Amino acid sequence: MGTVAGAFSGLFGVGGGTVIVPMLIAYFAYGERLATGTSLAAIIVIALLAAGMQGGIYGNVDVGTGLILVGPAIVGVIAGTAIQQRIPEKAVSFLFALLLIGVGIYMVVP
Amino acid sequence: MDLAIAGLLCGLGGIVAGLIGVGGGIIFVPAMTIILSKGQVEAESTSLLMIALVSVIGTWRQRSYGNVNFRDAAVIGLLSPVGVLAGVVIANAVPERALKISFAMLAFYMAWRLLKRVFKTPGPGDSIPPLDTAAPDPGPTGP
Repeated sequence: MGTVAGAFSGLFGVGGGTVIVPMLIAYFAYGERLATGTSLAAIIVIALLAAGMQGGIYGNVDVGTGLILVGPAIVGVIAGTAIQQRIPEKAVSFLFALLLIGVGIYMVVP
Repeated sequence: MDLAIAGLLCGLGGIVAGLIGVGGGIIFVPAMTIILSKGQVEAESTSLLMIALVSVIGTWRQRSYGNVNFRDAAVIGLLSPVGVLAGVVIANAVPERALKISFAMLAFYMAWRLLKRVFKTPGPGDSIPPLDTAAPDPGPTGP
């Protein structure tokens, strides 16, 4: 599945989580919370490799801006994971389905 | 002012990352291209650095709730570069429009699978235990 997730990242420029979470839920019988937590852990490896290549080889990473903007993003992810523990698991699937529909529409609309 | 707006949007991206387990780049990138007028490649590359850091914190928080299978995550993460290389090769060999329509079809199919699960009538074993009965830090778990 890692290969498939990576292939979709390379093919479509989407983050691995867009593929990893629904696959874990639909094909590997993961619960929503376990799927999202495991997806985040897998994304660490994928994003570090990709950021290292983009920054180290091509010099495309604006480290200063990234470090400024990541502050509120970290506050957000802590809040997001806390909220997730307090909503029904199926609400996570519902939100993810909405995201997939949105991404799908974005892809087909020229 | 622009940086503050971009920061607010990135905070929202972090919430999305924590809620549904994606990196948050879907919001980080437009926050940088639209609000901060960064180029697409620079925004995507900077977003990757942010995604890595956000994912570290998100994983740490999810682990405290017992929601991470580190073994499977390592397998997925370490195999993904093979797929990225294959994906890049295919992406350069197949028309972009065909790729986008293929991905859209897959996204709609996955959405349908998830919605079917959401609206499935729960069986006796499908009930979700209340939060306060969960162990505080049971460590990595998996199916």
